[in-house]
Amino acid sequence: MRRDNAICTGWTIGSRIMILERRHLLLGIGAQALLGGRVSAQDVTLPFANGVRPLVRYPGKRPLIGLTSRPPQLETPFGVFNETLLTPNDAFFVRYHMSDIPLSIDMAAWRLTIGGHVARPLSLSLDDLKRQFTPTDIVAVNQCSGNSRGFFSPRVGGGQLGNGAMGNARWTGVPLKAVLEKAGVKSGGKQVTFNGLDNPPAPDMPDFVKALDLDHATDGEVMLAWAMNGEDLPFLNGYPLRLVVPGYFGTYWVKHLSDIAVLDAPFEGYWMKTAYRVPDNDCQCVPVGEKPAATRPIGTFAVRSFLTSHADGATVSGADATILSGIAFDGGSGIAKVELSLDGGRQWVAARLGDDLGRYAFRPWTLVLRLPRGAQAVQVRATAVSGETQPMEPLWNPAGYLRNVVETVRLRVA
Amino acid sequence: MRARHLLLGAPLLLIALAAASPPRTVTYALPQTEEDFTLPPGEGAELTVGNCAACHSLDYIRTQPRGKGAQFWKDNVAKMIAVYKAPIAPADADAIAAYLAKTYGE
Repeated sequence: MRRDNAICTGWTIGSRIMILERRHLLLGIGAQALLGGRVSAQDVTLPFANGVRPLVRYPGKRPLIGLTSRPPQLETPFGVFNETLLTPNDAFFVRYHMSDIPLSIDMAAWRLTIGGHVARPLSLSLDDLKRQFTPTDIVAVNQCSGNSRGFFSPRVGGGQLGNGAMGNARWTGVPLKAVLEKAGVKSGGKQVTFNGLDNPPAPDMPDFVKALDLDHATDGEVMLAWAMNGEDLPFLNGYPLRLVVPGYFGTYWVKHLSDIAVLDAPFEGYWMKTAYRVPDNDCQCVPVGEKPAATRPIGTFAVRSFLTSHADGATVSGADATILSGIAFDGGSGIAKVELSLDGGRQWVAARLGDDLGRYAFRPWTLVLRLPRGAQAVQVRATAVSGETQPMEPLWNPAGYLRNVVETVRLRVA
Repeated sequence: MRARHLLLGAPLLLIALAAASPPRTVTYALPQTEEDFTLPPGEGAELTVGNCAACHSLDYIRTQPRGKGAQFWKDNVAKMIAVYKAPIAPADADAIAAYLAKTYGE
């Protein structure tokens, strides 16, 4: 499905310029911002209603699926997950909340501040962070809470994402624990808040600030990361520093991190108290269409697995064995097994697990199967070390988070 | 460090100095022309563009699921005002919600 180029670029120039001028009055953006960009002639269609998206090109990124442009939100084309186990920096998804994103950062002046309920407030340059603490690496998946929201049935409001708002990267930084130890958390510390350089477009809107319990923040795994896959963080992925919260949804991975504060009481900000909440029950789900009686902040990933070697609807040969492969991950217990079914889940065959880059990483799997000719629905199900597995029927919640149903790829075996 | 530089010689020292160059200002140029500031014509379209696009691109609207009904859009406009403090007068909010319901809610 490729939309006609003429439709794609066929704006009414006069009215567009009129509206742009109004926007500049409202936001004070210079006209120069309008120059130099590129309009993509290509669209992609995500496999749900109203799923046509432009393929857009941003500096430092390969063409990605454009969800929104202000602020930019970009989804990784799913085929990328079949190319490399580590998601390349130029393909990694981008998610912002508010449109006043930083576009110029003076690294001579940039500081990470650590304040609040601490004995010694700190103000650290990036160089300070790199020299005063011992750097460490972790491979970890980052995934949007709303990844795959577009597949919810019934549909729910919010970013209508396919399965590409996730990625697996090697993060380099220092443990938050070490930095908080240097600052000296005072007794009675309860939570730690994280704020970045991105801001709302008007000052009375709720700034994007997230919080972790102090125990979690000092677990030694939560990291202040400046590098991704061995390079500086891409600008749109949080340059120069972002929080890495292994196993937890991306909402906590605050980008352009600039301010950390220790609180002696629970944080009451909008983005914790109201937004990014899930039903407060074991399945984090409610019957379709219902509202949860109580909610809690979203936490760790639900276990998921994907077949990446073949696109839905692909044709394969029935004369040869087919190499099926893909990825699985969970919230940090690690993947125990991945199984495939060709008969709607009655019988399952175990796949072979591949390279183990750590319990927070994508775990590759492979299964060589001689597929019967005809239409086949290949289903893939992961089970985590914790024992958690994927449901055959999707769980539902009103915000469209945590989708982890057993995925189905239809193949035509000729 | 000094002993290492002496051992390894001048070329590496130059590389070390280059790596320690002073921090610079890092900028990012957004491709602004990706943004489409139009919505389908209809009563309230201009009002909707003017208010909504003040804070976010209109693809936030266009990409929402269709057929969610009038209440979905009424709730969303109300959320923009209550949570995100969008400075929209009540009469305008009603007109915007009505336009969105008619254009995208059915």
